[in-house]
Amino acid sequence: MSTTQPTTAVGKAALFTENRVGASRLVKEFGRKIFPHHWSFMLGEVALYSFVILVLTGTFLTFWFKPAMGHTIYEGPFVPLQGVEMSEAYASTLAISFEIRGGLFIRQMHHWAALLFMAALSIHAMRIFFTGAFRRPREVNWLVGIVLIVLGMGAGFTGYSLPDDLLSGNGLRIIDGILKAIPLVGTYISFFVFGGEFPGVDIVSRLYSLHIMVVPALLIAVIAVHLIFVVYHKHTQWPGAGHTEKNVVGEPVLPTFAAKAGGFFFMIFGLLALLSGFFTTNPVWNYGPYDPSPVSAGTQPDWYIGWMDGFLRIIPGWTEFYIFGYPISFNIFSSVLVAGLLFGGLAIWPFVEAWLTKDYREHHILDRPRNNPTRTAVGAAGVVWYLNMWAAASGDLMAVFFHMSLNDMIYIFRVLFFLGPVIAYIVTKRVCLALQRKDREIILHGRESGQIIRLPHGEFQERHKPLNEDRLWSLASFESPQYIPAEPGPDGKISKIEKRRAKLARFFYEDRVAPVTKSELEAAHHDHGEVEQSRKDELTGSQQ
Amino acid sequence: MTSKQHTAEHGTQLEQVNGFTNPGLPEHTPRLTDISPAAERTTERQIAGWFILSMIGTIWFIVSYFLFAPDETMASIQLQNMMFGLGATLALFGIGVGLVLWGKTLVSGTEVAEDRHPIEGNEEDQAVALEILNQAKDESGIARRPLLRNTLIAAVAIAPLPAILVFRDLGPLPGDKMFTTLWGPGVRLCQDPGGVPREDRFIRAEDVTIGSAVHVIPEGMHESEHPLDEKAKAAVLLMRIDPKELNTDPAKEDWGVDGIVAYSKICTHVGCPVALYEHQTHHLLCPCHQSTFDVTNHCEVIFGPAKRPLPQLPIAVDSEGYLVAQRDFPEPVGPTFWEINTRETSEQ
Repeated sequence: MSTTQPTTAVGKAALFTENRVGASRLVKEFGRKIFPHHWSFMLGEVALYSFVILVLTGTFLTFWFKPAMGHTIYEGPFVPLQGVEMSEAYASTLAISFEIRGGLFIRQMHHWAALLFMAALSIHAMRIFFTGAFRRPREVNWLVGIVLIVLGMGAGFTGYSLPDDLLSGNGLRIIDGILKAIPLVGTYISFFVFGGEFPGVDIVSRLYSLHIMVVPALLIAVIAVHLIFVVYHKHTQWPGAGHTEKNVVGEPVLPTFAAKAGGFFFMIFGLLALLSGFFTTNPVWNYGPYDPSPVSAGTQPDWYIGWMDGFLRIIPGWTEFYIFGYPISFNIFSSVLVAGLLFGGLAIWPFVEAWLTKDYREHHILDRPRNNPTRTAVGAAGVVWYLNMWAAASGDLMAVFFHMSLNDMIYIFRVLFFLGPVIAYIVTKRVCLALQRKDREIILHGRESGQIIRLPHGEFQERHKPLNEDRLWSLASFESPQYIPAEPGPDGKISKIEKRRAKLARFFYEDRVAPVTKSELEAAHHDHGEVEQSRKDELTGSQQ
Repeated sequence: MTSKQHTAEHGTQLEQVNGFTNPGLPEHTPRLTDISPAAERTTERQIAGWFILSMIGTIWFIVSYFLFAPDETMASIQLQNMMFGLGATLALFGIGVGLVLWGKTLVSGTEVAEDRHPIEGNEEDQAVALEILNQAKDESGIARRPLLRNTLIAAVAIAPLPAILVFRDLGPLPGDKMFTTLWGPGVRLCQDPGGVPREDRFIRAEDVTIGSAVHVIPEGMHESEHPLDEKAKAAVLLMRIDPKELNTDPAKEDWGVDGIVAYSKICTHVGCPVALYEHQTHHLLCPCHQSTFDVTNHCEVIFGPAKRPLPQLPIAVDSEGYLVAQRDFPEPVGPTFWEINTRETSEQ
């Protein structure tokens, strides 16, 4: 309770709030909470802000969108479609685009925000992975993040199917095909999802309640959990002078972080406004209403579904086989298995890595990607695997663009599906090790000074200067994971699983560049000092 | 110096890694706006400028609502959309850039260190929590009364079962719907009119020239209860190819008419319309996943993810010279499904 009575209006309002909700504790707790600043920490913010914009613009759209598949004949202002039979959903999407003032703008902003949301989520997840931010105590939040990506894909898919246009209708047709391919119950699931035969008259209203209620409610809940974890764990930070495992260095929420983050929200909002004003996305009026017979060439889904569609393109038909006449359509439902593989792999990696390296400690200082070559290489392999499938979803367009045979294009994707990740793993690991060697070089011999000296026997050399202690700390203060051979358990025996762990760990962690130690550096300086001294003797007076 | 002392007060612990000692937070280097009042004033004016730009953007949005009121042409709608975009971009970006500039240049830029707390509770917390849980266990008797516990678990476990019944009406059972289409003996082939409902236009065999392809629907489809559901199964692609180029299976000799052949347009992979016909090679290509079917060999799959050939619709010419179906498709159309081989499709 304050000792003096407030006199200003703000003061009175503050006291009113304080006496009813105890806001001072909140401000005390969070007002000076520290957020480290680095561009890579803003990716999650981009996702969060796009989500806020999605909710705002989406609510606007619900005021006019009619989630119904009753048939109507279009009589609106868009001439090319006048007199065409279509569903109410499609007609109302056209009305939002052409008759509601600002409707086109908001519709485009909703779609652009969805594309940005998924892009930000994906890149944010990559940042977490490559810096090892998923390590204890953040493994659970990493899992929560994966759930967010899956929910985001769900929100995107249920959303872009709503206008009932030709493109999204073909997308639903593919979903129908995948459902029907599920062994034993597929046909029934398809009939239950679509309310009978495809396309039926129910799917749009069903997707609508998922899209505007169930999925966003889940998203909001899971985002809340994600953020509570971020606050509770406090943010990770990059290695740097003064940064330790026991502190977090950065800017306080009030006022610095609030000003920057608030401004950043408006910048994202502005960016989406720019895109929506000047660049068309999803022009459903060009596609026409859904009709099961036509389809346009070059058809592809929104980018974040592309990798699964791409996989459907590269899997060969012989993977469908029959057991006693019953089909196992691996060429169809394996796209779901591939998704399971990706998200499952992401989910178990933190635990696999901890198990392999026997590192179960807390980590709040991030790894520079090069300082954990194995993890970075595994991540790069995953990214290449994903991107190859993703590119395959545009294989037909690429074939046209590069004047290549469509079939060759798909053969290339098939080969890269297996080979790409392996190459990416090997190359990335070697690049990381090389970069670590470069860091060693810089630490041991100092930075380039730009001063060229000439030795008496004619050799030119560049003089190197030692790093200052802050930079030295940022470069040298890391732990390098190493291969731990199989160790006996409490019973004095080496268990089978421990042997297996050691074998895997050896494959993954045997190649390593040891970090520079202080004594190594001193030894190097010592040698270097002697050389410098002798050079000085030789070059008396020639030094600048 | 001072900032290092400040840091120490905030509890930053020096650490050693690889023998190196953490040098502690570097001293804050003042920004231009921290030391030069002139620069501070300039920055202040710049930030205010961004906020004013934002206001201009908002006003522009409002003005363009009236100034660029669209008539019913696409160009006018597009123009207004662009002007809205311009106004909103300025309005939002102005606020954003102004705030970020403010945060970066005028608000204190000193980095602050905050201590982390242990994630887990301390021993006392853990002891108290354990005690509470034990107390709850004792007071409820959940451990002592296995009968109550087990019956409760069973009751909760089966309580959702009725939901399965309630959701049963999400859709009808498939029945024979996967095995039948609108095609049948004597059903005439009609040109697909696209989205505009029109009188059925039947097709005369002699009108189909060699090399042409026609998108076909069954007669009377628009009068059926769910035309789109029917079309999703019954869509057909009709082509006429020089009979010499066709390798016709002797058993299906009479399924075409002088090189006119009709195949289901629904891909056997995941159901996209196989809409691209290559005249030179007589290949049908699915634009969704690039399954390729060879029309000269009864639409066998020659490339891509599909497994089964496109079903052929046996056709004939009726007494008036129009193309008609001899019967329904001899096998199910569209994507593979579990029961696909469980019954013959109807002969009628």
